[in-house]
Amino acid sequence: MSVSKNEYDKMAKAASPDSPVVLNCIKAFLFGGGICCFGELLFFLYGLTSLNNDKIKILVPITIIIITAIITAFGVFDNIARHAGAGTVVPITGFANSVVCSAMEFKNQGKIMGVGANIFSIAGPVILFGTAAATVYGVIYWFVERVF
Amino acid sequence: MNNRIITLKNKPRILSFAAVAGKKEAEGPLFNLFDEVYEDTKMGQESWEKAESILQKNAVTKALQKGSLKQSDADIIFAGDLLNQCTGSSFGIKDFDIPYAGVYGACSTMALSLCMAAMSVDSGYCNTALAVTSSHFCSAEKQFRKPLEYGGQRPPAAQWTVTGSGCVAVSKNANKNAPRIEKLAIGKIRDLGITDANNMGAAMAPVDVKIEP
Repeated sequence: MSVSKNEYDKMAKAASPDSPVVLNCIKAFLFGGGICCFGELLFFLYGLTSLNNDKIKILVPITIIIITAIITAFGVFDNIARHAGAGTVVPITGFANSVVCSAMEFKNQGKIMGVGANIFSIAGPVILFGTAAATVYGVIYWFVERVF
Repeated sequence: MNNRIITLKNKPRILSFAAVAGKKEAEGPLFNLFDEVYEDTKMGQESWEKAESILQKNAVTKALQKGSLKQSDADIIFAGDLLNQCTGSSFGIKDFDIPYAGVYGACSTMALSLCMAAMSVDSGYCNTALAVTSSHFCSAEKQFRKPLEYGGQRPPAAQWTVTGSGCVAVSKNANKNAPRIEKLAIGKIRDLGITDANNMGAAMAPVDVKIEP
């Protein structure tokens, strides 16, 4: 077989059906937008209580995380996400799902070496680079604040 | 050996074979060819890996049964799967009193184990050799891709790992009408740079084998 890697890559791509990009974008927009609207609704509802704004801003994502964790545990989340795509991956739902699904998958390998060692197997890079980026921007902010 | 095709002198025959599969496989066109089909793909076990072992155990049991073979009739068992250290095979056949040689060939494990079984019978070292392979969608996803409940989209070209196991008994004692193995061709590795874990078919397709008529 005398096919170069480049040619083979083209052959493989030509033989693979394409993702329905437009449809995926529309679905992601609707699902992602829906989750954001739900967040706004929660914000409004929590606003009816005597809680202050700072607490509400924490409570809204926590509520969404808890809901995601529960529907992941019941095996429903992945069925929704199959359609929603980026619509459920990008909001905090994606992060919550990735942690819970890893914990579920490795539960039978023990609490420490199973769940403990693998719970952040997908979310790990997000935590690492999120923390690193926050540190870098924190340092920049610290200097900028003092200069201006 | 001609053109790296191995020609077997005694042409060993397939004495018996068995295939067991999961629910999704039974929905496909091969449904009536499976000896056993399982609705519960966890096989009543606590882990997917243990479930895969049971698949393999059942395939071997069934193949021995269909060939009216006792465990002592099988001289060697070549078995493999997709898991680390071939745990699916080791735990699947640990209860059989048959010498075991683990084989790892990913998707080629069935062909590879069958080749080795055929060679060991053809050479006269064994009367009957078993070739066994299993895979399980859930244990493969866990090992190579993402947890099952992860909310992601599978690309349209993504392939689906079979949940099932097959066992073939190659023997020199099989009857005259049984299918025989005449030649073996083992492919060379051709790495054409496919890195998509969801598209293993494309990674494996360019095997370099020249088969002379």
